[in-house]
Amino acid sequence: MNAPNAAGWRPEMGETHLAGDETFTGNRALMLEERLIFEIGDATTTGVDLDVAPAAPSLLGSLARSAPIGLPGLSEPETVRHYTRLSRQNYAIDLGLFPLGSCTMKHNPRLNEAVARMKGFKDVHPLQPRDTVQGALAVIDELAHWLVTLTGMDSVAMSPKAGAHGELCGILAIKAALEARGEDRKVILVPESAHGTNPATAAFAGFSVENIPATDAGRVDLAALKARLGPDVAGVMITNPNTCGLFEPDLKAISDAVHAAGGYVYCDGANFNAIVGKVRPGDLGVDAMHINLHKTFSTPHGGGGPGSGPVVLSAALSPFAPLPYVKREADGSLRLVEEETAAEDQPDSFGRMVAFHGQMGMFTRALAYILSHGADGLKQVAEDAVLNANYVLRSLEGVLDAPFGHSGPCMHEALFTDDGFAEGFSTLDVAKGLIDEGFHPMTVYFPLVVHGAMLVEPTETESKAALDQFIGALRSVALRAKQGDPALKSAPHFAPRRRLDETLAARKPVLAWKGDKTEG
Amino acid sequence: MLGVIGAATVDDLFVDVPATARLPGPVPGLPLHASEMAVERHFATLARKNKAASDHPFFLGAGAYKHHVPASVDHLIQRGEFLTAYTPYQPEIAQGTLQVLFEFQTQVARLFGCDVANASMYDGSTACWEAIGMAGRITRRKKAVLSSGLHPHYVSVAKTMARFTGDQLDTATPGLGGTDMDRLIGAIDAETSCVVVQYPDVLGRIEDLSALSAACQAAGALLIAVVTEPVALGAIKAPGEMGADIVVGEGQSLGVGLQFGGPYIGLFATRDKYVRQMPGRLCGETVDANGKRGYVLTLSTREQHIRREKATSNICTNSGLCALAFSIHMTLLGERGLRDLAALNHAKAVLAAQRLAKLPGVCLVNESFFNEFTLVLPKPARAVVHELAAKGVLGGVSLGRLYPDVAELEHGLVIAVTEVVSEGDIDALEAALKEVLA
Repeated sequence: MNAPNAAGWRPEMGETHLAGDETFTGNRALMLEERLIFEIGDATTTGVDLDVAPAAPSLLGSLARSAPIGLPGLSEPETVRHYTRLSRQNYAIDLGLFPLGSCTMKHNPRLNEAVARMKGFKDVHPLQPRDTVQGALAVIDELAHWLVTLTGMDSVAMSPKAGAHGELCGILAIKAALEARGEDRKVILVPESAHGTNPATAAFAGFSVENIPATDAGRVDLAALKARLGPDVAGVMITNPNTCGLFEPDLKAISDAVHAAGGYVYCDGANFNAIVGKVRPGDLGVDAMHINLHKTFSTPHGGGGPGSGPVVLSAALSPFAPLPYVKREADGSLRLVEEETAAEDQPDSFGRMVAFHGQMGMFTRALAYILSHGADGLKQVAEDAVLNANYVLRSLEGVLDAPFGHSGPCMHEALFTDDGFAEGFSTLDVAKGLIDEGFHPMTVYFPLVVHGAMLVEPTETESKAALDQFIGALRSVALRAKQGDPALKSAPHFAPRRRLDETLAARKPVLAWKGDKTEG
Repeated sequence: MLGVIGAATVDDLFVDVPATARLPGPVPGLPLHASEMAVERHFATLARKNKAASDHPFFLGAGAYKHHVPASVDHLIQRGEFLTAYTPYQPEIAQGTLQVLFEFQTQVARLFGCDVANASMYDGSTACWEAIGMAGRITRRKKAVLSSGLHPHYVSVAKTMARFTGDQLDTATPGLGGTDMDRLIGAIDAETSCVVVQYPDVLGRIEDLSALSAACQAAGALLIAVVTEPVALGAIKAPGEMGADIVVGEGQSLGVGLQFGGPYIGLFATRDKYVRQMPGRLCGETVDANGKRGYVLTLSTREQHIRREKATSNICTNSGLCALAFSIHMTLLGERGLRDLAALNHAKAVLAAQRLAKLPGVCLVNESFFNEFTLVLPKPARAVVHELAAKGVLGGVSLGRLYPDVAELEHGLVIAVTEVVSEGDIDALEAALKEVLA
């Protein structure tokens, strides 16, 4: 089903007859089909060369494993080819512009990779005695310091493993602060345009979620928000710049109103990259904000993680920050504050969120990015990201509907809708058409507040020449959607796969290879 | 570009930011940009202040293990098409990542003896908590019974979360005499959603889970097994084989490395019938418009970006690149390599334990173990660990570090012996321990 002759020639095959543009292998020159390791490997092949085990008695008790596990092995050259071939079926920032709005696909400098691999960082155990890890603790302490400096906040919790985990950290800090005040506030207000993680996080922490209405200009409706505030509202979760790519000019007024009503302000920092070095969220009254290190500070996305989500906290929430954290002693040495000394150091901490101290491998990378760019370079990061997004917005608004284009400049991302497409043509068709043009599509159908959303975030990485190529491609595809070009409905035509049947995948889930465990 | 936009200056694009919120110049306190060489030098200075595991006789485990990672793993994960790709939301141009995830899910499911695994979680401790939450959703009960052999940091994470979700946790600290299997079986009642047991446990002990599984099943509770050292499963029975309903673990042993605690990779597997209650991403097989086999992210109606406040979890990312590293390492090993690696670990650990247990005043706690065991020393182990480090030997994890408030455990030292430990390393540990204990 993958390719008819994927296993190669066998004596019993006879002659093969190929039609038109078929090939024997199913390959297309550099476009190589690759079978599963379960189809090409077997239980006796291995790609590692281990020392022979010394003679020793077994102390496994009655638990020695006898049944086959079903794990195929490949030799080293087969392994290198398998994964190299698979890698070529991926789009990546290293290949070209990757305009996923809200996801911030910027260049990942290789200096970051080099420093993360220094053995003094990558080859250190999290439970080593503190005298043997002062350099590692210094990286955490230094990054924490710059995150606090850049955000104008009071402290930062470094251990959350990703953005959504950081949201959880911030919301638990808010819950703990309310508990400490003896208040049982039940409601978190979240705008409709928020990331799905916001309501999911609030619900996990036991809050009920209510929507904040938006204005026609795509911003939080301050008057409506004020009207809803009261003794049952624990806080608000606001993304700034928001997911329509717009700055919330009333955030300070929102914060003041929420604080006056006894609540806290959580800011989703997913879009901090648009304002880093120019605006400090602490100056806007924010109480907690996670920072996706992969978005603002260029740690690689890795095909879906690992992320890292430090959370900066206001003075009001800092006492509730999780364990562990790094503390500098009077003699200048660094130590981890853990459960052992929490009673003295952090008596109100809401506890531990992860086994160890957070994403060290991401801290080194993010710190390398911050030091490389400095105060001047980070400011330029924000400015270039915003300049690029506005250039995209104004270069495309003639062919694509820009719902908030009239309200002024956007921040780091430009939002369009499917308004004006021919009958039967959708945002999805435009996305798939862009694939054929050699680009990763923009974020589609998010945010939910406009119809058929297309959210384009070019980031500061792109040159004007790269933007012009992308704009040309998107204009062309958009015009085809408006004219109703039937070939667009079946795009992509030139990718490693045509459109995949997601309904079938969900209706009859095949989530693991079910072949024989001993075959191969 | 400004001409096309119709703005005079870049600052005009920030018109929505109130003047009072705008910094007049670069952020105060942060230095200006630095050259690549200068940044590298700064990190090299900091890196030298750490004692790297590979430079010393090294015996730490307790949830993170030092294994040899074949050179091709790090080469392959640095291919830009893997390193700089995003979550595979556009499957036609992400088949590389997706096929890897499908292979990874199958490898994890088979290793754990389960039907199905997800595309990974943040780490073992968060996977453990997510499993407890999932058991609560399935059984509609709120009480989880945690083994005393569960890593104390995993217990801490569960306690933090339970405080906010209202789940009840029945916990205990470990004893040096034996496991608390009887306590676990005795604690199961009609309110119990799950029993959580670590295998091998935090002291390195291994125990058959079949009786516990039967007791859970009889009471309608789920058995969750936690594996912090997946290499062990090359030598000992999989938890799924013994009836565990959910098996979670920390996968850093394979491909990922120590990294001072992160990023790591949470492993999560269960039975087919529970898959719709599972947290995290899942990759599934399907076909494209031409009938060719391909892979997509699937069952996303469980997830936050579709379900919002009704999602099974707020998790958005997985640990993608670590899953790739794990999967490549596992592919290089294969069944034969994994079994050989496990046999090598066990043999080295047994020989080391036998030698160290002969030191005066030292005794071995474990009747059985894989590559990690606990010694009771004649004096508090925490100070011993520091003295060993001063002699250049990273000699294990003291129970005093893990359980600072439990006096009965302060003489305990947990020692991991993997394939990277040489005979000379064991000589060094034995000699240094002898001096420190003298």
